[in-house]
Formats: sequence, structure tokens, C-alpha cells
Amino acid sequence: MADLTHPKVHASWETRGYWEGAARGELVLQRCRACATVQHKPRGVCATCLSGDLEHFVASGRGTVYTFTVTHQNQAPPFAAACPYVMAYVQTEEGPRLLTHIVGVDPEAVQIGMAVVADFQSQERTDGEQFAVVRFRPAD
Amino acid sequence: MSLSGACAIAGVYEHPTRWAPDKTEFQIMAESAKGALDDAGLTINDVDGLFGASMTMGAMGIVELAEYLNLKPTYIDGTNIGGSSFLAHVSHAAAAIHAGMCKVAIVLYGSTAASNAVAIGTGMGHGSRNPWDSFQSPYGMTTVGSYAMVAQLHMQRYGTKPEQLAEIAVTMRRHASMNPVAKMRTPITVDDVLSSRLISAPLHLLDCCIISDGGGAIVVTSTERAKDLRRKPVQILGCGESVCHQEIGAPDLLTMGARQAGELAFGMAGVQRSDIDLAMVYDSFTITVLSTLENLGFCKVGEGGDFVSGGRIGLGGELPVNLDGGGLSSNHPGMRGIFLAIEATKQLRGECGERQVANAKLAVAHGTGGTLGVAHSGATLILGVE
Ligand SMILES: [Zn+2]
Repeated sequence: MADLTHPKVHASWETRGYWEGAARGELVLQRCRACATVQHKPRGVCATCLSGDLEHFVASGRGTVYTFTVTHQNQAPPFAAACPYVMAYVQTEEGPRLLTHIVGVDPEAVQIGMAVVADFQSQERTDGEQFAVVRFRPAD
Repeated sequence: MSLSGACAIAGVYEHPTRWAPDKTEFQIMAESAKGALDDAGLTINDVDGLFGASMTMGAMGIVELAEYLNLKPTYIDGTNIGGSSFLAHVSHAAAAIHAGMCKVAIVLYGSTAASNAVAIGTGMGHGSRNPWDSFQSPYGMTTVGSYAMVAQLHMQRYGTKPEQLAEIAVTMRRHASMNPVAKMRTPITVDDVLSSRLISAPLHLLDCCIISDGGGAIVVTSTERAKDLRRKPVQILGCGESVCHQEIGAPDLLTMGARQAGELAFGMAGVQRSDIDLAMVYDSFTITVLSTLENLGFCKVGEGGDFVSGGRIGLGGELPVNLDGGGLSSNHPGMRGIFLAIEATKQLRGECGERQVANAKLAVAHGTGGTLGVAHSGATLILGVE
């Protein structure tokens, strides 16, 4: 599996906190101050109660593999050269389920329920933004 | 009067093309409209309700379609919720006719996905500048990959076997072999499926739908009016819709839109699962069929592997599924929901020759739009003849 450089992410004011947090090596999630719901993807309102009173917080970065697939075919660059790669949903300790990649492990060794921690790939960009893509790797 | 049974499908047409580099989407829709209106014994001048969707129609698409057809409808609906759109159109048309807002509705679909070389299920993950998409696109999220994650979870949790998914593909191919216009008609075996290359584990090439061009049309009118037309009316007895996503309060990945939409449709129709003679369900991938049958309530979630085994979903089985060969073998132009209602209608009219389900009186059609495993829509119809 070739080393994959993830495509550039694009942020809005609603989602910027997540990507900037990732650039600091933190998994940043959103919590509603009105009803305590933790939500992802980040957005301008709480999707449980529609309150606009939201805060970002640094999550533990720990979770488990909820499900996954070893992708053997995706002809779009840069993924074509990275096949087979592991796409997965990770169930975070805080509740939200994140679409991600599992890295740092033989794809054939990945299992549902495996304990994982967040891993961050900083993006080389020319637009001045400091963002990173969130992946997960097996917990020690 | 209740909506159940108030309206009927009076005409249908499945465009026979599977490869149409010389046609446009609107041309395929117009040819299909002619076919379905001829089938019903109506003309374009009778149409006052226009419903349609395609993979390329944008915000003004339905208006452009009305212009192309020189129609001035009193009711317009360009709802696009993916491949299930056309089943939703049929129920919206029934509601509109029942409410007196139009009298004869036509539902249209056309696609040149294959001749335009659209990679429907793979080859995704770059190019989007939409911030919302940035939670998927950096990961190379493919359509097949998302369904594969559903299959992986089902296998791990319930011990569902690749052989059981493969039997679905084998069954659809057997049905396609009896459909003269199906694209893939040569029978396959479970071994053929399992030895085809892995696209996104655990799904193999032959677990995936084909890509074709195609289109179709459905004419809906009141049951009363349909009784005076050329064909036996196929009554719209129940309908339901839903949206399912993986966001806040994330539902289980094995719960799909078919659950809510199916419950609504069966509830409106007042019929039981055991009353159903045949099912037409969206088969983008083999796992879609298994999960849809579970969520529609034909078996419990987790029992789908056994349910699809032993010939149960084949012609002559307990619940024949996708008699035309489905998207796995007949045609898949990207949004194939319309063909589910078209084949169900032909089966209920008893016109399907070699692949005809004997004495078919009641059918369910369920479309899934978007992607199982992420956000998707569901639309269910219960159709029946007297
Ligand atoms: Zn809230």
C-alpha cells in the first residue's frame, strides 16, 4: 500500500474548528450547551434542539472500529495508487461515528471492535490554511 | 375516500436501450413517454402532471423537460432523492390526482450514464470543494465502499456468508436470462461471484450492479379513469418515504430507509408481508437486496442470509425478487427505481412470459436512493390488481 496523501479539505465557518483542531493534533467535536448533545459533522446549530449555543471541545481521540472495508478499486487519484486501503467508521468514546481511514496496520488485520486512536496527517497547502485529515490507527 | 386504491398505474414503458451514445437523456424520456402513453391508450395532450428526475437535471431541470416536451402541466414535481425518486413520484402523483390538482401524470427517467462513461460506483473522492463533502471526499468514499461496510457489519454480527450474498447475484442473473432486453443474460454460479475480483471487501465485482444507459415512463391516473383505458389498472394501494442518515443519534448501519417507508406503505395498503406475491427491490449491490428485505419486514434483521438462500427469492420461490434481472443483470443507468414499478406493473398484468410469477396479485416495490451506509432515501409502493 503506497503512502496516501489525502486530498485537500475545504472548510466553512461551521466546520473550520474541526480541521484546525486536527492540525493541532486534536480531535475536536461539538457539544450543545442547551441539551448536551455531542454532534458530528459540525454545524451552526444543534441538530437535536436547534439551539445555536454550541461549544467545541477536545475529545479523547479514542474509539473502536464500527465497520470497515478494504478498498481494492478506486480509480480516482490519489486513491488508485493507495489500494488496498482501509475505509472505516470509527465509533468515538464521545458518541459520534466518524468516517475515516485505518492506518498503520496490515489491512487484513483490521477487525470490527478493534481499539483505535486518532492519527493526523497535516496538509501541505498554499492557501495559508492549517488543516489536517483525521485517520485512526490501532491503540497501543 | 382513502388514497389507498384511489389511483392506478395505467401505462408503463421500459426503454429497451442499454447503450445509447446517439441519444440525449430528454430524448430517452420523450421516447419512453410515448411508449407509456401508447400502452395506456392516452396521448401527450392528456398529460397535465409532470414528474421526472435524472442524474444531470439541475434546479431548473423539470422546467427544461416541460419545455422539451412542449407541456404546460398544472402539477410539476422534480423531486430528486436518488434512485428511489420515481417511486416517490408515483406516490406524489397519486396524492396530487387524489387532491384534484392534475388528472393524468407522467413519471419520466432517462440516462446515458454508460455511453458517457460515468463511473457510478467507484472512482470517487476528489474534486469536491463543498465543505460538507470534506468529511467524505478526503477518504475516497466510493458508493461500493459504503455498501461494503454495511455488508461487513452484517457478516460480523450475524455470520452472514459471502455465498449467501452471491446467491442473490446468481438469482438475478437467472431472471435476466428470461428477459430478452437484459444486458447480462449468461447464467453465473456462486463460484463465479466469489472468484470475481474484490472491489471493496467483502463485495466482489459480481456483487455490484452493472452500468448501462436506459430510461422509462409511468402513467398514473385515477383508478376510475384507468378502468376505461387500454390496460388493466394496477392500483396504488400503499406508499411511504423516508430519509436515513448516519448523523446525530446515529442509527445502526443495518437500519435503512426501507423500514419506515415499508411500514407506512404496508400500513396504508392494509396488507401483510405474507400476502405479497413478488418484490422489486433496488439491487445496487447484493447486500442492498438482503438488507432491504429485512427492513421491509420479510424477515428479522440478521436473518436475511438464510432468507435469500435455497431459491426462496427466485422465480418459483416463496418471494420472487427482481424478475427482470435487476440492476445486477438487466440494467442500471444510475437511478433505476422506475424499473421496479414498471416490472411490478407488468407482472401484475401477467405480461412477463417465461419469467411471469403465476397469479401475481400483489407486489411491493422499494427503491433506495443515495448510499446505504451514509445518507439515503427510501420509497415504497404496494401495487395490486383486482
Ligand atoms: Zn441541543
